[in-house]
Amino acid sequence: MEVKEKVIWFYACKAEDVPANGGVCVKYGDQQIALFNFTRRGEWYATQNMCPHRQQMAISRGMIGSEGDEPKVACPFHKKTFSLKSGSCTSGEEYSLKTYPVKIENGKVYIKVN
Amino acid sequence: MKIVVVGNGMVGYKFCEKLLAKSSTKKIELVVFGEEIRPAYDRVHLSEFFAGKSAEDLSMAGVNWYTENGIKLHLSDPVQKIDRSNKTVTSFKGITESYDYLILATGSAAFVPSIPGVEKDGVFVYRTIEDLEMIRDYAPKAKKGAVIGGGLLGLEAAKAMIDLGINDTHVIEFASRLMPRQIDDAGSALLKSKLESLGLTILTNTNTTKIEGEKAISKMLFANGSSIDVDMLVISAGIKPRDELAKNCGLETGPRGGITVNEKLQTTDPFIFAIGECALYQGMIYGLVAPGYEMAEVVATYLCSGEKEFTGFDMSTKLKLIGIDVASFGDPFISAADARHIVYEDANKGIYKRINISKDGKELLGGILVGDAEQYNMLLQTCKNKIVLPPNPEDLILGSRGGESAGGAGVLSLPDDAHVCSCESVSKKNICDAVIDGAETVDKIKACTKAGTGCGGCVPMVKDLMVHTMKAQGKYVRNVICEHFDFSRQELYNLTKINQLKTYDDVLTTHGKGDGCEVCKPLVSSILASLWNELILKKGNDTAQDSNDRFLANLQKGGTYSIVPRIPGGEITPDKLIVIGEVAKQYNLYTKITGGQRIDLFGAHVGDLPAIWKLLIDAGFESGHAYGKALRTVKSCVGSTWCRYGLHDSVSYAIRIEERYRGLRAPHKIKSAVSGCIRECAEAQSKDFGIIATEKGWNLYVCGNGGSKPQHALLLATDLDSETCIKYIDRFLMFYIKTAEPLNRTATWLNKMEGGIDYLKNVVINDSLGMAEEWEKEMQSLVDNYKCEWREVVENPDFQKRFGHFINAPEEKDPTVKFETMRDQKRAAEWK
Repeated sequence: MEVKEKVIWFYACKAEDVPANGGVCVKYGDQQIALFNFTRRGEWYATQNMCPHRQQMAISRGMIGSEGDEPKVACPFHKKTFSLKSGSCTSGEEYSLKTYPVKIENGKVYIKVN
Repeated sequence: MKIVVVGNGMVGYKFCEKLLAKSSTKKIELVVFGEEIRPAYDRVHLSEFFAGKSAEDLSMAGVNWYTENGIKLHLSDPVQKIDRSNKTVTSFKGITESYDYLILATGSAAFVPSIPGVEKDGVFVYRTIEDLEMIRDYAPKAKKGAVIGGGLLGLEAAKAMIDLGINDTHVIEFASRLMPRQIDDAGSALLKSKLESLGLTILTNTNTTKIEGEKAISKMLFANGSSIDVDMLVISAGIKPRDELAKNCGLETGPRGGITVNEKLQTTDPFIFAIGECALYQGMIYGLVAPGYEMAEVVATYLCSGEKEFTGFDMSTKLKLIGIDVASFGDPFISAADARHIVYEDANKGIYKRINISKDGKELLGGILVGDAEQYNMLLQTCKNKIVLPPNPEDLILGSRGGESAGGAGVLSLPDDAHVCSCESVSKKNICDAVIDGAETVDKIKACTKAGTGCGGCVPMVKDLMVHTMKAQGKYVRNVICEHFDFSRQELYNLTKINQLKTYDDVLTTHGKGDGCEVCKPLVSSILASLWNELILKKGNDTAQDSNDRFLANLQKGGTYSIVPRIPGGEITPDKLIVIGEVAKQYNLYTKITGGQRIDLFGAHVGDLPAIWKLLIDAGFESGHAYGKALRTVKSCVGSTWCRYGLHDSVSYAIRIEERYRGLRAPHKIKSAVSGCIRECAEAQSKDFGIIATEKGWNLYVCGNGGSKPQHALLLATDLDSETCIKYIDRFLMFYIKTAEPLNRTATWLNKMEGGIDYLKNVVINDSLGMAEEWEKEMQSLVDNYKCEWREVVENPDFQKRFGHFINAPEEKDPTVKFETMRDQKRAAEWK
């Protein structure tokens, strides 16, 4: 039997609600997703909002930037950094963030969850 | 192939790590037995347990590391028996494992001399985390302490006792001097007088004959007839190799302990090896970690079909004892008959240095350093590599006096195979190659070569090598901010000012590259605030602020924020106190008085911040900038309005100063205080700038610091009138803001300043740079531009929208925030 993956693009917020080069936290059911508007690169990213280091809901309040060409976010608590593309920790820890695809249609932001 | 390791200490762990690295193609089954409840930890830095490091901090690798690498780890389960004919071991819990090769890494135990009474309560050894836990728990009951053993560990134990509050502590040494294996009589005498000045009592030539006391120790008797009262004793009289297992299964051991091994670290059974402090090689036990690691390397290489032999190991050491450098290298004791000595002693500064050079004056044979061991690495390498000495070898310990400076040329003169990091056996060539391959920061070099990851003593040399290698490649090495800005903070400050840049993105586009990061964003934001003093939440700049500045509050454990309204000079009316109480009650906030005479309100949800501030601002409060790298408080004593000793009105002056510099952003936070007389109740001499009343006016002190490295402020100017004092503070602060490196407090800034306080006086008082007028003008414009950031938010609905947890559910609070109750208030739930 073929099982189809259940994919949902859910509407998060208006694109203009997310500050330039910054993040916001999006509620999806019981989940918290950090959404980033990387204006400088013309890119959008989404990751889990919880920093795996001390289990704090804070990634959306972190500063974003780049290391080489890799876009990253720094947790405001202890400045652990994570790739926004892959979610892997760029400051040497083994844990990582879950990432989500993002799309913009008619000024609205959608995040893909499954 | 199946390998069983008996013992999970530093060397046992290192063996596993090295074996895994070398055996990538081979299939090896690895089983480890450890006696302690936790996996291997850093015993070298054990004393840091008392300085606040946890057992977890000291851990070499967590249990996960073993699991992930397929290592079967049995903790709390010492091996009890080795059956050599069947090649099996059996543990205390009854587990039997077969082996192809057996590695004994059983280490050593503390040697406890058989003194009558040694079994009494309050007598401890200093070896494991459990020992330290017991010492810590017992210490509050003790007032007088003693340590038997004046060697390295004994002195560490004595420091631990002082740290635990036992200020009356004796060190009892059997030999005629402290650290008899490392340093000579003269060096030891100097060390002794330094330790005595810290409050330790040192008894040498003293042999303990009896420990008295009912149940617990109360007195120690010595062979010379004297005695001391004591309620706690730590014995650190040397180590005893753990060779019982080997002895019981018939392996050869030394008469004074230790498992006999050959140059392959093989015991008398070719399938059994011994490494670390339990191994006896050519009649010698190597009681340091570096040779233990080398032994692990030899055995791991051998088992992976490589060729390597152990040929003894240099026992040179450098350590910091209670803040005092002590080092010895090569042959420290070689007599005047076989070498020439050069000795430098400065009893005033507490420095003793001795080098032993060959009779032809060409080679360095060894030496001793006490009080200042900065040249240790260089000397060690010169000695080990038999580098031909310069014509004036005394320069090696005294530095070049006049003429061309030898500078860093020393590092370059080392041969490629010189061991720079002895703990991990990393050569100069390994490090230079890593730099050439792109490891251009110390952290990267650490990650790819492991150099500097053991004791850390070689890190300055690694850094020198990195800088030299990069320069040799034609790379310009500077103290730059991060990968996005090729400038120092001072350079970027000037560029931003000259080009009138007002946003982070403009600065990045004009002077930087890439997309910024968590280092340069707050730094540039701080420069912009120092230059223009515009609202930091202005569109475009908000997300370049560190999290605290972005939400104008302090992020605390659990994700809530704390709020500190400004209370200038610590003066507050009863009505305002009531408002704070009412606000805290309404929003269920934890309240605490801060060190800066203010009140901190904790546990506010981000979405409640604007409403809380609305209430505070309506009652006449303004932002306290506790969240920013900015002026915090100007603390004051009550001064001449009430105090019978007060010379001037310190409260009024503190309020005036605080209101002048409130919101002033700087490379780091700034604290100040004003005292009304020399009793100094406001503690002004621990502040970035502090003011103390005199009969004739005010004395101005600068560059003091509390915090992790306390430093007293230095007197900048005396008997100033109120206006001149403010003028000098204007100049001082602008000079600091313009020239300090990021996150350097004024104390650190001054410490790095060439010419120190005299230079600073010249700049501030005599205007030696000709900048005074411009700085005063700039400061006045910052003062005139001041606006309360929270007032702006409270008056602007657009700003308020940014304070919410969920963008798509603005009314909802973060449901994961948890509080607990403590002493009738709430506290943040503990994190994992």
